[in-house]
Amino acid sequence: MADMTTPLRRVRHLGAAHDGTSHFWRQRLTAAANVPLVIGFIILIVVVVGRPRSEVVAILGSPFVALFLILMIVSISIHMRIGMQVIIEDYVHGEGRKVTMLAASTFFAVAIAAVSIFAILKLAFGG
Amino acid sequence: MPSVEMKASRPLSPHLFIYRWPVTMVMSILHRITGAALYVGTALLAWWLVAAATGERAFASANGFLGSWLGLLILFGYSWTILHHMLGGIRHLVWDFGVGLGKGTRDMLAWANLIGSAGLTVLLWAVGLAVR
Repeated sequence: MADMTTPLRRVRHLGAAHDGTSHFWRQRLTAAANVPLVIGFIILIVVVVGRPRSEVVAILGSPFVALFLILMIVSISIHMRIGMQVIIEDYVHGEGRKVTMLAASTFFAVAIAAVSIFAILKLAFGG
Repeated sequence: MPSVEMKASRPLSPHLFIYRWPVTMVMSILHRITGAALYVGTALLAWWLVAAATGERAFASANGFLGSWLGLLILFGYSWTILHHMLGGIRHLVWDFGVGLGKGTRDMLAWANLIGSAGLTVLLWAVGLAVR
């Protein structure tokens, strides 16, 4: 194949996004963490679905399960925020709309994480 | 800047409607769709956790829905979506190291992604039901 290199390949400093490869790396780090976390999570869901609340609370509120769920929430919310940022940057081109959607997406990811972690802590400490 | 000759020698993008979709392309699109679906699906997880933490009545409505055949179907599809996206991610991780990009290998990886996600979903549900 012909060499299709253009001068654009020579990205200077931290590139157009101003943060270099930090997202690339963080996305892979959280992806690796997600592998054992989501496998355990799926088994957990199958185990608890349909059980009465007292049993579900006892399982989700137990120290190991609660800690496991909090770690998963942190990892997946970081991962999904970066992933959605890539999708928005690919399809939304107006600068104003793009920034607005990126901010909304960040708020969504943070809100999901905060609400979920609060619920898990309440299950663990407050029943 | 690129010269005129360079532009002319670049490959043309395929016309999607008369183009036989390669399996790698389908898996690429599926990876993005499953990722976006999982992003939205976290709302279901948050709702369920909050319902469990809130009280008996809130939990009964969430549990009643998720324990119904429709709810279980959604959970089964949700778990496949997670596992398909996970195996797709592992495929991309392999590619990050510059291996598995040959024509035969990349097609094989794409099919392994699809078959593996279906198999792994059934396996994890079997494990969950056995532990339960």
